[in-house]
Amino acid sequence: MAFSHRHIIGTQQLSKADIELILETAESFKEVNQRDIKKVPTLRGKTIINLFYENSTRTRTSFELAGKRMSADTINISASGSSVTKGETLEDTAKNIEAMNADVIVMRHSCSGAPDYLAQRLTKSSVINAGDGFHEHPSQALLDLLTIKEHKGKIEGLTVAIIGDIARSRVARSDLYALKTMGATVRLAGPATMLPPGIEELGAEVYTDINEAIKDADVVIMLRIQLEREGGNTLIPTLREYAQFFALNTENIKLAKPDAIVMHPGPLNRGVEISSYVADGVQNVILDQVENGVAVRMALLYLLAGGSDEE
Amino acid sequence: MKTVIKNGHIIDPSQDIDGRFDLVIAEGVIVEIGENLATEGADEVIDADGLLVTPGLIDIHVHLRDPGYEYKEDIITGTRAAAAGGFTSVACMPNTKPVNDNKAIVHYMINKANLEGSANVFPICTITKGQKGTSLVEMGDLKLAGCIGFSDDGLNVECGDVLRRAMEYAGGFSMPIIAHAEDEGIKSGGVMNEGRVATELGLAGNPWVAEASTVARDLMLAELTGARLHVCHISTRRTVELIREAKARGVKATCEVTPHHFTLTEEAVRGYDVNAKMGPPLRTADDVAAMKEGLADGTIDAIATDHAPHHIDDKNVEFNVAANGLVGLETALPLTLNLVREGVLTMKQAISCLTDRPATALNIPRGTLTCGSVADITLIDPDFKWTLDAKTMKTKARNTPFDGWELTGAAMLTMRQGKTTFQREQ
Repeated sequence: MAFSHRHIIGTQQLSKADIELILETAESFKEVNQRDIKKVPTLRGKTIINLFYENSTRTRTSFELAGKRMSADTINISASGSSVTKGETLEDTAKNIEAMNADVIVMRHSCSGAPDYLAQRLTKSSVINAGDGFHEHPSQALLDLLTIKEHKGKIEGLTVAIIGDIARSRVARSDLYALKTMGATVRLAGPATMLPPGIEELGAEVYTDINEAIKDADVVIMLRIQLEREGGNTLIPTLREYAQFFALNTENIKLAKPDAIVMHPGPLNRGVEISSYVADGVQNVILDQVENGVAVRMALLYLLAGGSDEE
Repeated sequence: MKTVIKNGHIIDPSQDIDGRFDLVIAEGVIVEIGENLATEGADEVIDADGLLVTPGLIDIHVHLRDPGYEYKEDIITGTRAAAAGGFTSVACMPNTKPVNDNKAIVHYMINKANLEGSANVFPICTITKGQKGTSLVEMGDLKLAGCIGFSDDGLNVECGDVLRRAMEYAGGFSMPIIAHAEDEGIKSGGVMNEGRVATELGLAGNPWVAEASTVARDLMLAELTGARLHVCHISTRRTVELIREAKARGVKATCEVTPHHFTLTEEAVRGYDVNAKMGPPLRTADDVAAMKEGLADGTIDAIATDHAPHHIDDKNVEFNVAANGLVGLETALPLTLNLVREGVLTMKQAISCLTDRPATALNIPRGTLTCGSVADITLIDPDFKWTLDAKTMKTKARNTPFDGWELTGAAMLTMRQGKTTFQREQ
């Protein structure tokens, strides 16, 4: 089956067949990552630019490794700020990169819609959204799905609880769309100030009591709380109280199914949204997510830049 | 100079005229309306068969960007766009650079419009000096200079006491306070309507209550002070209800709605269309329905465009940082006529929202075809079909979400003081 997308902007646009193809492709690349010599020539001669307007260690490293393990030339550009603060417009920056014949531009940006904007304006390069504002982070959702599938053998019919600042989470949105498409039930939970209006219309069950969301769940995904949320805004009173009511701990995890898995997109705030006992407990699959992240990103790069005609 | 407009269908809500009459203009003044008027001695005879003849349209909310932002628009191009849209008079907002809080700028605007413009310009000055929300402008002096009302447009007057004193003081000079009602705290950086679409797009939401709560405060201050309050570009159902209730209680309030707020919903933002980004934001289908109900029952007085020209460089950026607003002068008439075709308004009501009612709201001495009044006249073909090509608009700007739309209805000829300011090529 052929992959019909030129860009990966969000999981909202991906069909069940698209997601299955990406996950199958990722599974085949996982083996490469476990070899002693972790390199295949699949994308030799292809150029991948990681254009990051927001700080990132994990996602950027993951994309960079994914490209390098397939022999692509991978360049990282760290930019800061938006068009207005930076002086050069996003369009100009992107067109310059495209003029250097980049095959794929992997972009992270603090403004929702920035990858969309790029995709509408570039004529040759493919765009992969590595996280835009509060909108989407599709590669994170796909690596989450791959991890769930590995541990549970399926996605359809599972109950997945996602807990944290849903309103400001691109991971929550991408997970929600992808999980719904694959037939899972999605529960979203957090303080009411962190639940965005209208989210239930997108097919989620919404809870302000995380115990209800965790009850009988197959998968619990904890989201990172940005530490700067404390003070200076009114979303939560203190991190201490957040931990008291909204963290995953050794008590409330017992509400989930006994074989439930615990996930987190990282980086962890131990003692805030997740207790160390759970983060390091037997149910945690957090490092599997990281490993799968490289494989999923290899799959995305391959499907966009590899081209079936060459293989 | 004598001109006779023959065979037109005259609609003048100000004197309840709705029928086939001729109209005579002499030296820029309307001198006679009647049946089968003689054309002898006329220098010009205009055959208006099949056309509506109305008072020149009035837009009480435009941004002409002049002085200061002439790269976006200026008084010449902005009034040319007005004439092309059928407007003979516009009231322009004070968020120029420097802001219009003094009579030098009022004089500059009026003089430039008179000498080089294609429409009458009625300046609105800020409520507070420098638009800073603290001390009042010299309202009496500005009125003498030609200012017609006061607004810290684009900004809410946050301090209730400042607004109260502004209403009291302006009321003493029979001048209206024009409110841009939006609570910045509740808005909290929102860039589109709060709700499902904003959640999907990952954009910060601006809830309806940011507008409605401020309108409630402003209406109560108007009630307390007895002053005249005009509420700008209303967008939510709750706002319409509040104004309806206040009017019933005798509060001297008027309000306007923009064509985009009765035509588009928040769905237009999908794809991160920066031309669908404006303040207040596009709302829900229910809010659009409420705008139509408010127009139909007369709660809403005026249709005004909030014509907000921007240079492409201010718009062609990430959605969060793109400038607010769209141009509206050249599309307002066909979008308003859609309401007539939908059965929301009668033709006379629609014309009234563009002529005598906005004139009354802001004390503009126009909007009527009574004998002896200035011959500002618009000839409209309500069935004229055309396609909007943003590149051919008269405004300098191109920021419209209606580019490529099939529109029905247009001004065929616009006349200011008896002189043609626009004639549509057919």
